[in-house]
Amino acid sequence: MAEIIKRNKPLSVNPLKVSQPVGASLAFLGIHRAIPMLHGSQGCTAFAKVFFVRHFREPIPLQTTAMDQGATVMGADENVIVGLETIAGKSRPALIGLPTTGLSETEGTDIHRLVREFRARHPEYDGIPVVPVNTPDYSGCLESGFALAVKAIVEHVVPADRTRAGQRKRQVNVLAGAHLTPGDLEHVQELVEAFGLRPVLLPDLSGSLDGHLGDQESSPLTVGGTAVGDIAAMGESVATLVLGRALDPAADLLRERTAVPDFRFDSLMGLDHVDAFVAALAAISGQPVPERIERQRAQLQDAMVDTHFMLGFARIAVAADPDLLYGLADLVTGMGCTVSAAVAPSRSPVLDAVPGAEVRLGDLQDLEKAIAARGADLMLCNSHAADTARRLGLPLIRAGFPQYDLIGGYQKLWVGYKGTRQTLFDLANTLVEHGHHEIAPYRSIYADREGEAHAAPEARPLH
Amino acid sequence: MQTTRQIAELLNEPACAHNAKEKSGCAKTRPGATAGGCAFDGAQIALLPIADVAHIVHGPIACAGSSWDNRGTRSSGPTLYRIGMTTDLTEQDVIMGRGEKRLFHAIKQAVEEYAPAAVFVYNTCVPALAGDDVEAVCKAAAERVGVPVVPVDAAGFYGTKNLGNRLAGEAMFKHVIGTREPEPAPPHPAGIRTHDVCLVGEYNIAGEFWHVAPLFDELGLRILGNLSGDARFREVQTLHRAEANMVVCAKALLNVARKLQANFGVPYFEGSFYGVTDTSNALREFARLIGDPDLTARTEALIAREEARAHALLEPWRQRLKGKRVLLYTGGVKSWSIVSALQDLGLEVVATGTGKSTEEDKARIRELMGEKTKMITDGSPKALIGIVREYQADILIAGGRNMYTALKARIPFLDINQEREFAYAGYQGMAELARQLALTLDSPVWAAVRRPAPWHGAVPGQAAG
Repeated sequence: MAEIIKRNKPLSVNPLKVSQPVGASLAFLGIHRAIPMLHGSQGCTAFAKVFFVRHFREPIPLQTTAMDQGATVMGADENVIVGLETIAGKSRPALIGLPTTGLSETEGTDIHRLVREFRARHPEYDGIPVVPVNTPDYSGCLESGFALAVKAIVEHVVPADRTRAGQRKRQVNVLAGAHLTPGDLEHVQELVEAFGLRPVLLPDLSGSLDGHLGDQESSPLTVGGTAVGDIAAMGESVATLVLGRALDPAADLLRERTAVPDFRFDSLMGLDHVDAFVAALAAISGQPVPERIERQRAQLQDAMVDTHFMLGFARIAVAADPDLLYGLADLVTGMGCTVSAAVAPSRSPVLDAVPGAEVRLGDLQDLEKAIAARGADLMLCNSHAADTARRLGLPLIRAGFPQYDLIGGYQKLWVGYKGTRQTLFDLANTLVEHGHHEIAPYRSIYADREGEAHAAPEARPLH
Repeated sequence: MQTTRQIAELLNEPACAHNAKEKSGCAKTRPGATAGGCAFDGAQIALLPIADVAHIVHGPIACAGSSWDNRGTRSSGPTLYRIGMTTDLTEQDVIMGRGEKRLFHAIKQAVEEYAPAAVFVYNTCVPALAGDDVEAVCKAAAERVGVPVVPVDAAGFYGTKNLGNRLAGEAMFKHVIGTREPEPAPPHPAGIRTHDVCLVGEYNIAGEFWHVAPLFDELGLRILGNLSGDARFREVQTLHRAEANMVVCAKALLNVARKLQANFGVPYFEGSFYGVTDTSNALREFARLIGDPDLTARTEALIAREEARAHALLEPWRQRLKGKRVLLYTGGVKSWSIVSALQDLGLEVVATGTGKSTEEDKARIRELMGEKTKMITDGSPKALIGIVREYQADILIAGGRNMYTALKARIPFLDINQEREFAYAGYQGMAELARQLALTLDSPVWAAVRRPAPWHGAVPGQAAG
């Protein structure tokens, strides 16, 4: 479908890309009583932490191996061992995530050997899984880092045992991609539970980063998220639901290790995608679709019909990580919009399926130029695009990560019949509010209307 | 208050062709089976677009409360017409007879706070029944505040929306038109002779008249005033000096046109700006009534140019829309005026509403659409959907009221009434009409919402374990 245009300029201007280590950290933040420690310099962690805090408006447990000049030149292996020892000894976490960074990868670290060495030197911490993952920021983006971390968790926590699949007849694994918000994950759980099934989300950001005031005043670890014990029992589930193409490698590995059959969904936005998901839940559970969900489906259909007047022919510009880009582009295209500009920070197989003429691998300058060339009525992107939108005089609906200038963006529900419906309303209202269809007032050459102020074009609702 | 005789006269509008035929007067409404607005609604809709007037609704809250901020018409200047004003009568006002006093002070307040060019006072059922002398209050208030205060006596129970339009027209004729002489026209930039014309029943919905207005300027036709889209009070005062008048919206304000002709010798024609053909015809009619050969020649040149341009603009849309089948349900004159616009686009109108049409209207429909055309008298949602199915119509075109009838039945829909938000008038408006038609006809949502849920089918997305 879409032609993928590769980056062809030396300078990245107004980057869209968020690094792999940030993505990997995010995945670890969805595990209960976990903490990610980035193997890199202090800054790698500090910047990531600021990003997370501003987006989620939560304290974020995130540590660093704090590579300094000496360690970088002479070898930083000891930093990793000491770091793991310190965290394990001080906080007794349920899991430590250990993503690498550009610095440690360039230095040539063998993170897997270091974990083995830590195990050898500290058998007293054998009960604490440590999950190393290679996530240099010179390749991929947030989404791929997240996916690599999920795959690493499967590899290090889920036992390779193909004999236990289906032993827990109501348990369903959900591999949840980086494009889903905590609000989305809550709804996914509700949908799964509506069929009498028990979901095990990996990772479960809705448990840890949903923004709730808890009893615990402070914690050096995540509070909430997937229990490590539940991850270890994923091989006993009756099925796995895979949300997002980026998680294909993680899903392949999980299936290979456990023989649990899986169902894969590139998106949970839009009628057809949600239908497929709900149909799968009905098939897995052997139960009819609950009345409440049928109702939500009918409500979405009504919203589609009501909003097609505003969305039809609207030109939408989307910039996001591949899975989110695909989902949003597919949703709006299904409503009669055209995707006039699409930008992703890095390559992924799902980009081939993005509807529209082309997907540019690039930055927000590329987005700005694409919009200047082909026009747009509305932009979908993270908060970094706010200035771009202002320059272009276009409305922006924030989607993706980070959203530091929008309260509650992390909790917005986009998926399911319910989330799709609200998204359509938001898109329609934003397009209407901007009033692009208004025609300019005409003043006759004969007009005898001295002193009359020219009316500003009025924005009006459509129907 | 209007007398029964006055109302009967208005109902029997002599310029309405149907009143010379077997079916006489506007149809009476039937309790329990009536849709549509009241006389107050009609009067307010007809006059509200006069932008620099303070429009005060004299009555308890239902009348203004349920109708103000009903956005459709556009102004190029003042937005006073958008400010909702009502006396919001209370129980005490009604019982103690304080409505008149409240109205007087309301007019004063409106003038003090908003400095309007004039105040229009719309009478409604409760004060009409209670016996408020609105006309006297208006007269006294006008003397006090120093700006014209015009009573528009169109209480809801007088009759239908259509009657309300006429009552509004009567009020304009009685109190506004002819109360000022126009300034001499400034010279035309191209040095051509200027002719004064006026429009009646054009409401500048969604600003659509701005598609057409530049053509008037180019031809040297000065629009003295419009009743009432993007109009100013002082312009409406001068309508009587027009050399020709066009009645745009069907029969609603025909009484004004007839009286302009009878009292001031202003000739008029009925026309429409919907569709390439009708727009051209409207411009031709002005030239014909004015009788200036130079204007006629320039008009024909302009029409040739604009039609060629419109044709090029519409060609890609025609390809998309060709052969699509339309059910048009508007009733009255619009039942055929919009048909030519649709036919210009290559659509086939398979059925049209004739609930309010006369034999003459029906003949015109046959002439335009052929003998096979279904004429619809029963406009109930169920009947309309039945006809859509029976005649395999691809789209229902009707007023906003019927929109959700269509949508609930998963049928594409286009709104052509007052509340719509798109400008369809003139040559340019046709492109917008075509775009909106294609937008809904070709929308992928129809296929999506017609597909049944896949629960019983194969489960998509599964990979082997």
